[in-house]
Amino acid sequence: MSQGEHRNPVESFLRMDRMPHIWCPGCGIGIVVNCFVRALLKSKIDVDSVSVVSGIGCTGRIAGYFKVDSFHTTHGRPIPFATGLKTARPDMNIVVLSGEGDLIAIGGNHFIHAARRNVDIKVICVNNFTYAMTGGQVGPTAPLHSIATTAPYGSHERPFNLPFLAESSGATYVARWTTYHVRQLTKAMVDVLNKPGFCFVEAIAPCPTIYQRRNRMGDGLEMMRFYREHSRIANGADTRSLDIEMGGEIVVGKFIDRDRPTYLEAMDEELSKRLGNRYVPYPTGVKR
Amino acid sequence: MVAGKGNMAAKKYRGEVFINRDRCKGCGFCVEFCPTHVLTLDREFNTRGYHPPVVVDADACTGCDLCGLYCPDFAIHGWRVPVQSDGAGE
Ligand code: SF4
Ligand code: SF4
Ligand code: SF4
Repeated sequence: MSQGEHRNPVESFLRMDRMPHIWCPGCGIGIVVNCFVRALLKSKIDVDSVSVVSGIGCTGRIAGYFKVDSFHTTHGRPIPFATGLKTARPDMNIVVLSGEGDLIAIGGNHFIHAARRNVDIKVICVNNFTYAMTGGQVGPTAPLHSIATTAPYGSHERPFNLPFLAESSGATYVARWTTYHVRQLTKAMVDVLNKPGFCFVEAIAPCPTIYQRRNRMGDGLEMMRFYREHSRIANGADTRSLDIEMGGEIVVGKFIDRDRPTYLEAMDEELSKRLGNRYVPYPTGVKR
Repeated sequence: MVAGKGNMAAKKYRGEVFINRDRCKGCGFCVEFCPTHVLTLDREFNTRGYHPPVVVDADACTGCDLCGLYCPDFAIHGWRVPVQSDGAGE
């Protein structure tokens, strides 16, 4: 049983010289990394065509650890960076891996507009219900009544329901899993790597150090057990029904899988119609 | 024919698991979610002060790699090794 016989598959995809990573014991972000690496292997995608883009936060560290073309952007800006990258290099597979504070609050406007335009990028959002790296302020998905540093008596803000937000903004693929659902989460990542358009996967993950400690929810393992006992798989469920309450059921599954022209395809179609052969179509061939 | 745990003689593979003791942060996910209960947390500490997993039932490992998927610290993983189909591989 020596590792020489068989290497952990993640090691070929990560900058192992930067390990150990900064994530706390029992943090769920590493599980999302595991699933993403297995999805890259399963999808048989050309790894040289993949670029990982992250913003700021605990999850935002992912870009720095990945040994592919990766970029660690400023706070909230992985989606505009990814949009630019996709426009300049339409042959590449662009994956945004970041947290909900970065993507949905600070970068929330970018999120809805990239989904509206159907930019061909894959957004994997680790949702741990708080701004973990900055000390636990109320985030855009923090459940009603949850305790945060900026809400010591409980939050009174209505949180976003991310699958509903993604669907109504125009995403072509929408799924939610927790880090307990490792096989399904991997499958969802394989799906989106093979699907054109703006695809969204929410990965609910434990944050024992900040979110759970303040809310007396135990350690990482206790949260994983909670996911096992309180999740309900409902593929195709109406995304309006996916609100998450403190201590309540978490509905997971694949909710949306639809097709519509991507941003660049729509541009080609519109301009070809207007300009006829005076228009040179955009080179959109992606290596999938 | 061995009629023991998992009926290994009838299988085309056996499972192996590798633990990188000093990379572990002792979260216990691998122990909890291994479907065949191969692991337990060691009473001893690793060099970083955490209790890493140890194998308590190697024969029960199916090489499913769920431990590898669950480990947030990339400290454990499983894989499958082919065995001879005539049953002499064990
Ligand atoms: S603070 Fe929370 S999200 Fe950040 S590494 Fe620790 S457990 Fe993970
Ligand atoms: S590979 Fe599967 S059976 Fe073997 S220790 Fe890991 S989880 Fe358990
Ligand atoms: S899952 Fe990884 S970090 Fe957690 S106890 Fe097992 S080997 Fe250690």
